[in-house]
Amino acid sequence: MLELLKEPWPWYVSGPIIGISIPLLLILGNKMLGISSSLRHTCAAVAPFNIAFLKYNWKSEMWNLFFVAGIFLGGFVGGVLLNNGEAVKISEATIADIQAMGIQSFEGLIPADIFNWQTLFSIKGILIMVLGGIMIGFGSRYAGGCTSGHAIMGISSLQWPSLVAVIFFFIGGLLMTHFIAPFIYQL
Amino acid sequence: MKNIKFLLIGVLFGTVLTKTEAVSWFRIQEMFRFQSFHMYGIIGSAIAVGMLSIWLIKKFKVKSIEGEEILIVDKQFSKGQIIGGTIFGMGWALSGACPGPLYALVGAGYTTILVVIASALLGTWLYGYFKPKLPH
Repeated sequence: MLELLKEPWPWYVSGPIIGISIPLLLILGNKMLGISSSLRHTCAAVAPFNIAFLKYNWKSEMWNLFFVAGIFLGGFVGGVLLNNGEAVKISEATIADIQAMGIQSFEGLIPADIFNWQTLFSIKGILIMVLGGIMIGFGSRYAGGCTSGHAIMGISSLQWPSLVAVIFFFIGGLLMTHFIAPFIYQL
Repeated sequence: MKNIKFLLIGVLFGTVLTKTEAVSWFRIQEMFRFQSFHMYGIIGSAIAVGMLSIWLIKKFKVKSIEGEEILIVDKQFSKGQIIGGTIFGMGWALSGACPGPLYALVGAGYTTILVVIASALLGTWLYGYFKPKLPH
């Protein structure tokens, strides 16, 4: 059983479990799935200054911080305790494309030749880790949600603004992947 | 502690995201190149189960365990879904992770991702700061 759990979980197992988190949160807590809001609550708790957007009772949203703390622990369960030590089995075409971006490390969940502390202190590292992070935080809040709140919760509850958001998530992602990232990764 | 249940749902969520490799930079590359069905299968089947669950909850007027009526707040449309959505998508593809996977990756031991999270916090703060000046 443990050996089976250590294998990568196929989409038809993981997708439905992710979907089940929606009724779990609704029934057990009357909460709507959303992850990027945790970033807003943290800002409101740590550095609200005089910003209207960050002045609200973040303590009443504490559940969300517990939820993301759980995701962090889940990362440890999935990524350390249940780690089988094998590389992610992506398609041959993707391997070729990624190699063309100058990446040689295919171990683990993310490429070690990009995500390390030396690379962080370079233009490439700052763009990928810092600028990318800023865009994730800024964009998700501007859009009112991220992949969880819009793509999964929003579309599941048939909210058309969420569908619009997801379409533009993909437009942005495709523009970056095909036209901009190849240059940044080869800096 | 009434919040422990949310922590536990988070553990389940994070474990699944990690074991199905949705947190993997490599899988995000593959997804945005349309070279595998994997990520689309995850998102699509999660939506299918979510949609069915919400339909059942509404149809049978299921109450929360506290006996409250279950509240699903409508998302309001704004230009943010277009402009912010595009910016988010670009960040997602550049760093190779969205917020859920960022937390899970730190748990899995990838410490440089803390920098991405700190930057995402800064981005969120900057949005709050510039919000009055941005088109909505």
